[in-house]
Amino acid sequence: MSDTITLTIDGKEITAKRGQTILQAADAAGIYIPRLCAHDDLSAHGSCRVCTVMVNGRPQAACTQSVADGMIVENESDQIRNIRRNLIDMLFVEGNHFCMFCEKSGNCELQALAYRFGITAPKYPYLYPQRELDASHPDIFIDRNRCILCGRCVRASRDVDGKTVFEFVGRGAEKRVAVNAEATLRDTKIALTDKAVDVCPVGAIIIKRVGYKVPVGQRLYDHEPIGSNIEKGAKKG
Amino acid sequence: MAKPKVATTSLCGCFGCHMSILDIDDRILKLVELVDFDKSPIDDIKEFTGPVDIGLIEGGCANEENVRVLQDFRKHCKILISVGDCAINGGIPAMRNMIPLKECLEEAYLNGPTVHNPSGKIPNDVEIPLLLNKVYPAHEVVKIDYHLPGCPPPADTIWEALVALLNNKQLDLPYELIKYD
Repeated sequence: MSDTITLTIDGKEITAKRGQTILQAADAAGIYIPRLCAHDDLSAHGSCRVCTVMVNGRPQAACTQSVADGMIVENESDQIRNIRRNLIDMLFVEGNHFCMFCEKSGNCELQALAYRFGITAPKYPYLYPQRELDASHPDIFIDRNRCILCGRCVRASRDVDGKTVFEFVGRGAEKRVAVNAEATLRDTKIALTDKAVDVCPVGAIIIKRVGYKVPVGQRLYDHEPIGSNIEKGAKKG
Repeated sequence: MAKPKVATTSLCGCFGCHMSILDIDDRILKLVELVDFDKSPIDDIKEFTGPVDIGLIEGGCANEENVRVLQDFRKHCKILISVGDCAINGGIPAMRNMIPLKECLEEAYLNGPTVHNPSGKIPNDVEIPLLLNKVYPAHEVVKIDYHLPGCPPPADTIWEALVALLNNKQLDLPYELIKYD
């Protein structure tokens, strides 16, 4: 049995390796599927659902669904676009995302996705929830106002750093990222060089005293939409 | 033929978006040829003189006066545009939305470390517009037709939007003109 299979994404036939996810196969083929919780260096999580695609007519998360021979995937339809836009809208209104003073602005994946989708305002009412900020650590802080519960820090700390500094607690609207310590972030084993600090797609985990280092106009998503590097066929950073 | 009319206002904002309107530089001469300004801080006309084609809203609604002005704009303007993050999501003033109003007022007028207030009272004059429980984005109070995000939106964004709408064209902002900061 051959290791190579073919599937179509938006009518375009691509080849993929058996065992790859749809997301990985699309990346390799230069087709960008938007994502927030997925990260190249981490195990798939399937929680943000922004990578939702239609697979043989059913919605599936491209980051967890494996490819199969003859699979028909829809990535750019109005229906899929609508689902993703609604998800991005909801992430904005259920947190407190003040882009105008956020250190991550211009390099934030959530903001960049909203830009890519041309969103000028979310269509749902803002919730303005009360969220906690933990600035106890000398070099790192967590601002849960900006957290989108993607779980990248949870996976990175557990699987890459081997420290399990972060874990989810609570359910539904009460769900939040907690630290594995008696009290606050300063009591954990977290270090500046940890993968968990590096992978946050938004401004929830921030290194202190380096904010706004890159001037406006030179930031990651100032001129080109997120995903452009994948669409150009380059290896993504 | 009479020129189309534009009205502007700053609700709970910092006037930064109005500065960005002025930042269209010499294009402001073209703008004056294109439109007449009605109610606006730019010409200091306080009340609407009649119906207006385009209304630009800076700032969210923090008090009852903001709501009244916004409703007045909706009534008079054919097209109403939220300009800037405060009108769109409450912006910096909306940072009080996560704190009960009573606590905000007590911090500002009684308990804050730099407060000098011998009366020991929270201002409560009938002349002072009543604060709302929280700051509301404009589109949660009245129908808004277009949003121009940014803090402030770049002058080019405002210019592109005005020119497109004045020429009855669809507002299709290019990637680099949609920014939230």
